[in-house]
Amino acid sequence: MTLTAPAPPPSASAGKTPGRRPRSRTGENRTGTSAWTPWLYLLPALAVLGALLVYPVYQLGLISFLEYTQAQVSGGEPTSFQGLGNYTALFTDPQFRQVLLATVVFAAACVAGTLAVGCALAVLLTRVRALPRLALMLAALGAWATPAVTGSTVWVFLFDADFGPVNKLLGLGDFSWTYGRYSAFALVLLEVVWCSFPFVMVTVYAGIRAVPAEVLEAAALDGASPWRIWRSVTAPLLRPILAVVTIQSVIWDFKVFTQIYVMTGGGGIAGQNLVLNVYAYQQAFASSQYSLGAAIGVVMLLILLAVTLVYLRILRRQGEEL
Amino acid sequence: MTALRIPGVRRPGRLLAEAAALLTAAVVAFPLYWMVLSAFKPAGEVQSTEPRPWTLSPSLDSFRRVFEQQDFGRYFLNSLLVATTVVLASAVVAFLAATAVTRFRFRFRTTILVMFLVAQMVPVEALTIPLFFLMRDAGLLNTLGSLVLPHLAFSLPFAIWMLRGFVRAVPEALEEQARIDGASHARFLWTILFPLVLPGLVATSVFSFISTWNDFLFAKSFLISDTSQSTLPMALLVFFKPDENDWGGIMAGSTVMTIPVLVFFVLVQRRLVSGLGGAVKD
Repeated sequence: MTLTAPAPPPSASAGKTPGRRPRSRTGENRTGTSAWTPWLYLLPALAVLGALLVYPVYQLGLISFLEYTQAQVSGGEPTSFQGLGNYTALFTDPQFRQVLLATVVFAAACVAGTLAVGCALAVLLTRVRALPRLALMLAALGAWATPAVTGSTVWVFLFDADFGPVNKLLGLGDFSWTYGRYSAFALVLLEVVWCSFPFVMVTVYAGIRAVPAEVLEAAALDGASPWRIWRSVTAPLLRPILAVVTIQSVIWDFKVFTQIYVMTGGGGIAGQNLVLNVYAYQQAFASSQYSLGAAIGVVMLLILLAVTLVYLRILRRQGEEL
Repeated sequence: MTALRIPGVRRPGRLLAEAAALLTAAVVAFPLYWMVLSAFKPAGEVQSTEPRPWTLSPSLDSFRRVFEQQDFGRYFLNSLLVATTVVLASAVVAFLAATAVTRFRFRFRTTILVMFLVAQMVPVEALTIPLFFLMRDAGLLNTLGSLVLPHLAFSLPFAIWMLRGFVRAVPEALEEQARIDGASHARFLWTILFPLVLPGLVATSVFSFISTWNDFLFAKSFLISDTSQSTLPMALLVFFKPDENDWGGIMAGSTVMTIPVLVFFVLVQRRLVSGLGGAVKD
């Protein structure tokens, strides 16, 4: 690619290496498009997102400041402004703090498990011949393709106290996995890792394959051990890909809903397995505390927003262009 | 597809690695195997305290029960209709948006990109509350439209984010060439760029398809009274009863629900692997 036009105008993205990715267009008429063309292309997406994402988020924020229960929904009572009342109620509620902590720990464990399994298997894929690779790839695609609801039902059945093969295999008798708090979380964790590691594995594997073989050969000739090659050559080259899969895993695992809801029957015995998403849903639709549910939603949104900002900072520091 | 050869890894090491790979594949595939197996087992064997990893008398009873007791076929078609609509609509909309943010430089470009990223963070379930009121006001409650629209919105940010890599991979020289040959930009977009990006579109559509196909929360919340509009996940949960789960029925229903996604995956498998590599690689 050659530079056929003046350097692109400095964009808002900081830390970008100038001229690293030359652009032949600046949006003028010489390319047959006008300055409005990109906006025209963006219009359908922005319209859909505006109506069905931005506006509901705005409403969510609004409801979280109101008193909004069944009485207000049916029009029996007027809505009243509560200020930060709902948030105060949340943070003084010991159950909410407990659920918040459980969500963070559970999501972190899911992300760590998913990344470890996904990366390890991606490396393994590069070490084997075509047939085992195909077998593992197909099995992983099967797990990936399984809908969350059916994955949850199957795993509950596998670990069922009476009819499940796992207890039989491990000689656990009629041990109930969903009865105890930690064993129930562990079961959900296994299912989440099972259905989300394939994305990491396939993506990282595609990334490893893109690493030039000469670099690896040179490292091996210099006497580097496989672990050293991974740590000093492959991993740094893979860092952008690892950043992408990490952030996607954080987003997905922090918002786990279906697995908890189905596997622990809506949050476990006495709500011991609640995570924020399920808790918000229960508050809103089971207890008709719409404003409390909305406030929980806002808290989740803010946490994930913070994660996104950290991610963007990392990308920028590495000189990645958006 | 050539294997990456790392010198220094000798045969015993490779055999060990291959054994590990095959073992992992078996473990990963086991839940799916057990699901299909249990769906075909006769009732007495499913609810047996001596579970066996085979069956000598396969039966279709569980499937029959699922399709008879419930209007399962109809729910299946409803699910398929919703998922297909979302996939097609999001492919076109995301393609246009991805083209805008990768092949043009304009003010607020970065802002919009960050917005697409942030939009992925929004916890879908939390928005059920405002979306319910929105659907009620738009008169869409109890229609499949109330499922299509939110899922379109929720799958778009990720689809756009993923597609950028594919659109960027198409050389700018092609665009230049098309312009010199007198093609309008719209024509370049649909007759040249679109077919070239199609593999990427297929890869990203997997995600839209899955998230839509999986959804049961919206279905549960928005399709309150009209059960003829119900979708598969809801129908499946009917078989869940405290302490007396019909496991055969659940496994048969799960099998029916999983197969279309599996077929879709196998069809796009090649493109998915190369697609993800293309999307995350700069």
